[in-house]
Amino acid sequence: MLTVLLILIPFVAGLIAFGLKGSGPKVLGMISSLATLVAAIAAACTFHASPAKLSLVADWIPQLGSQFRVGMDGMGVMLCLLTAAAFLLVFITIWNRSYEKPNSFYGLMLLSQAGLTGVFTAYDALQFYIFWELALIPVYFLCSLWGGEKRIAVTFKFFVYTFLGSLLMLVGIIYLYFQTPDHSFSWTAFTSLPLSLGDQKWLFWLFFVAFAIKMPVFPFHTWQPDTYEQSPTPVTMILSGVMVKMGLFGVLRWLMPVLPQGVAMWGDVAIVLSLIGIIYASCIAMVQSDIKRLIAYSSIAHIGLMCAAIFAHNEQSTQGVLLQMFNHGINIIGLWIIVEIIQNRLGVKNMDQLGGIARKAPRMAIFLVIISLANIGLPLTNGFIGEFLMFSGLFQYNHWFMAFAGLGIILSAVYTLNMIQKVIFGEGNELTDKTTDLQPGEAVALSLIVILILVLGVYPQPMLDLVSKTF
Amino acid sequence: MNALISTALSGVVLMFVGLLVRNKQHIKFFAIAAIIIAFIANLAQYPSVALGSFTMYGMIEVSKFSVLFNAVALGATLLYFLLSGREMVKVGEHVGDYYALIFFILAGISLASSFSNLLMLFLSIEIMSIPQYILAGADRKSLKSNEASLKYFLMGSFSTGILLMGITLIYGAAGTFNIAELGLGTDPVHPLALCGIILMVFAFSFKVSAVPFHFWTPDVYDGSPTVFTAFMATVVKAGAFVAFLRMFHVSFAGGAISGHWTLILSIITAATLIIGNFSAVFQQSVKRMLAYSSIAQAGFMLFAVVAMNTLATQGIILYAAAYSIATIGIFAVLLKLKDYTFEGFNGLARKQPLLALAVTIFLFSLAGIPVSAGFFAKYFVLAAAIQHGHLLWLVIIGVLCAAISVYYYFRVIIAMYFKQGDPEVEEVSGGFKITLIAVIALVILLGLFPNLLISFL
Repeated sequence: MLTVLLILIPFVAGLIAFGLKGSGPKVLGMISSLATLVAAIAAACTFHASPAKLSLVADWIPQLGSQFRVGMDGMGVMLCLLTAAAFLLVFITIWNRSYEKPNSFYGLMLLSQAGLTGVFTAYDALQFYIFWELALIPVYFLCSLWGGEKRIAVTFKFFVYTFLGSLLMLVGIIYLYFQTPDHSFSWTAFTSLPLSLGDQKWLFWLFFVAFAIKMPVFPFHTWQPDTYEQSPTPVTMILSGVMVKMGLFGVLRWLMPVLPQGVAMWGDVAIVLSLIGIIYASCIAMVQSDIKRLIAYSSIAHIGLMCAAIFAHNEQSTQGVLLQMFNHGINIIGLWIIVEIIQNRLGVKNMDQLGGIARKAPRMAIFLVIISLANIGLPLTNGFIGEFLMFSGLFQYNHWFMAFAGLGIILSAVYTLNMIQKVIFGEGNELTDKTTDLQPGEAVALSLIVILILVLGVYPQPMLDLVSKTF
Repeated sequence: MNALISTALSGVVLMFVGLLVRNKQHIKFFAIAAIIIAFIANLAQYPSVALGSFTMYGMIEVSKFSVLFNAVALGATLLYFLLSGREMVKVGEHVGDYYALIFFILAGISLASSFSNLLMLFLSIEIMSIPQYILAGADRKSLKSNEASLKYFLMGSFSTGILLMGITLIYGAAGTFNIAELGLGTDPVHPLALCGIILMVFAFSFKVSAVPFHFWTPDVYDGSPTVFTAFMATVVKAGAFVAFLRMFHVSFAGGAISGHWTLILSIITAATLIIGNFSAVFQQSVKRMLAYSSIAQAGFMLFAVVAMNTLATQGIILYAAAYSIATIGIFAVLLKLKDYTFEGFNGLARKQPLLALAVTIFLFSLAGIPVSAGFFAKYFVLAAAIQHGHLLWLVIIGVLCAAISVYYYFRVIIAMYFKQGDPEVEEVSGGFKITLIAVIALVILLGLFPNLLISFL
C-alpha cells in the first residue's frame, strides 16, 4: 500500500497543480514532496520489519497476463528515497525563483516524479515499460518549455533517442513474454526463464541499448551534454540525479537476472564501452569552459564507472554501485544547485567569466568545495566508499579494467579542481563582484546535502545494510 | 446483420430527410440519431452470437468479431458526426446526400466484417468504394476535388477489376465461392489459386493504400474536402483492412498455401512502413502529413494480416479503434484552422489550450506512447508478429519506423506548444469541447484498459 502511495501522492498532486494559480503550485509541490519523503522513509522502516508488506498485486489486463505488480527490495527502497529526497531538494532550492506558468512547471515535475517512482517499484515488465515512457514525457515538455535557446531541437533529439531505445526493449519484453510458460509479464516469471544461449545473445542488446541510452554509455551519450546544458537547471538535477539511475536500475533489475548468460557473454564489451566513455568524457570535461557541460561530461564518466562495475558482476562491485547510485544522485544535485545559483545571480555559465566568488560568497564557496570533493570520492565523504567498493570489485574481475577506470578518477580530480579554481578562487571581475551569498532556501538545501555527504561518508553502514538486501 | 440492415435503411431515409428538411444543420441530428440506432441494434445482436457465430444463406456469417468491429466502426462514425458534422454544410448543399453516402459506406463495412462468400466480399468492397468516389468529388467547384475524385475512381475501378479477376481464378481452382470451403491449403497448391491469391493481395493492398499501390492516397486525401478525408482515412480504411484480414485468415491461412503469400505480404508491409514514414517526414502540410501517416499506420495494421493469430484479430480491432478515434479527432481540430501547414499550428496551445491538448494526446496515440489507446494497438500487432516467430526482422523495421513517426507527429506538438504564433481558429462551440474531452477520456481509458474492448472477443 505504501508503495502505491509513493506513486499516487506526486501523481495526484501533479494533476491538481495544473489547476492552481499564483504560489499555489509551489506550495503544493513542497507539501507533496515532503509527504512523499515521509512515505519513502516509512517504506524504508517497513522494509526492515516486513518487506512483504511493500508489495501489492492487482489484476490489470487479465487477457494479457499483465498485472499491476509493485514491490521493493533494497535497491527499490534506496531509489525511492533518492527520488523523494531529490525532488524535495529541488523544490527547496527553487522556492524563491519564479517560473513562467508555474502551474504547468510544478505539475509536470510532480508527474515525472510519479513516473520515476513507478519505474523503480515495478515488478511487471509491461508496467515497467509504461512507467519508463511516462517518466520521459513530462521531462520532454519541461525541457522544451523552460529550456535554453536550442532547447527544441536538443530535447527532441533526446526524446527520439530514448524512445527508440525503449521500443527495442519492448520488442525484447514481448519476446520474453511468449517464452514464459503461463504467458506472464511478472518479474519472477521472467527471471526463472530457461533461455537458450542463442536467444540471450541478441536479446541482451535489445535491453542493453535501451538502458545504455538512458545512462548514457558511450557511444549512446550524444544527447546528454546538450540536453543537460539546455534544460532548465531544476530539470537537469532530476535528469542527472535520478533519471540516469533508471538505466542502471534497468540493468540490475531486468537485464542481469533475466539474461545471465547474455550478460556473461557481452559483459566485457559493455565494460570496454564504459571505460572508453570514462576516459573520453573526462578528456572532454577537462577542456570545457561551460560549467554545465563540464558537469554533464563528468556525469558520463561517473555513470560509466558504475556501468563497468555492474558488469564486473561480483558482490563488492554490485554493493559499490548500489551505494554510489544514491551518493552520486545527492552529490550531482548539490553541484547543479550551485550552478543554478551562479546562473541565477550572474546569468552566465562560462567559467572564464567567473572567479573570485569565494570572497563575495564564502558560504557558497565552502559548499562547492565540499560537494566537489565528494564527487571525486575523497575519503570521509560519501563518494569514497562506493568508489572504493567498485574499484575493488573491478580489480578482482580484471586488473586492466581497473587501471583504466582509475585513470578516470585521476582525470576527474583534474577537471573538478580546475573548476573550483576558476569559479571561486582567483581574481574577481566586475561581474562576479555583484554576487550575493546564499539565500535561506538554497542554504537549507545545500546544508542537507552536505550533512548527507558527511554522515554517509563517515558511517555508510545503514545504507550498505539496506542495499545489501537487493535480489 | 442488424448493422447492415439499419445502416442501409438509414441511408435511404437520410436521402429523403435531405429533401424534406430545410435547415441543413438539422440534418446532422437525424444522422446522429440514425447512427445511434444502428449502434444499439448492432450491439443487441451480441448476445445471440456470444456463444457462437451463425451463417445466413451461406452468404453472411455473423460472429462476435463482426459485431465488435461494426461497433467500433459505428462508434467512430458517431464521434466523427459529433465532431465534424457541422463542417459538411461548407462543402456543398446536398448535406443529406453526404450523410446517406456515408451510411451506404457503413453498410459496405458491416458486410466486409461478416462476408462468408466471395461474391459478398466483392459487393462489400464495391459498396464501400463507390460512395467514396462521389464524396471525394463533393466540392464540385474545386478543381482539386474533381481531380481527386477522378483519380480515385480510375484507380479504384482498376483495382476492383483485379480483385474480381483474383476471385474468378480462385473460383476456378476451388469450385466454390464459400470462403470457408475453398480448401486451398493442401499441397500441391493449384497454380490458378496461387495467381488468384497474388491478385487479391495486390487489390487489397490498393484498397488499404499499401506501398507500392499507395500513389493515389496523398492526392486523393489532400484533394478531397477535408471533412470527408477524415472519414475515408479512418473508418473506411479500417473496413478495407477487416475484409483483407477476414479473407486471408479464413481462407488462405495454414497449410502450404500461407507460405506462398506471407513473404510477399511481409515485403509489402516493410515497404509500406518505410516509404510511408519517410515520406511523411518531408511534408509541409499537416493534412498531407496525415495522408502519409495513414499509409504508415496501414503498415502496422498489415502486421495483423501477416501474423494470422488470435492476437492479430484482437490487434486489428484495437488498432482500428485507436487509429480511427485519434485521426478523426485531429481532423476535427484541423477543420477549425484556416492554415493547414505546420506553421498554422504555431501557438495554438496559448490560444486554444484544450484543442492543443487534444491534438497532443491523439498524436501520442498515433505514435504509440503508453497510456493512450495507440500504445496497446501497436503492442498487439507487434506481439502478434513476434508470436508468429519468423517475422522478427519485420518487427525491428516496424519499431525503427515507429521512432521515425515520432518525428513528424511531434512537429505538430512543437508548433503548438513551443513556437510563437497567432493561428486563425474558428469559433469552437461548447458541445465540441465536451465531445473532445469525452474522446480524450476514451483514448486514455483504452490506453489503460484495452480489455474493455478485447474482452468481448
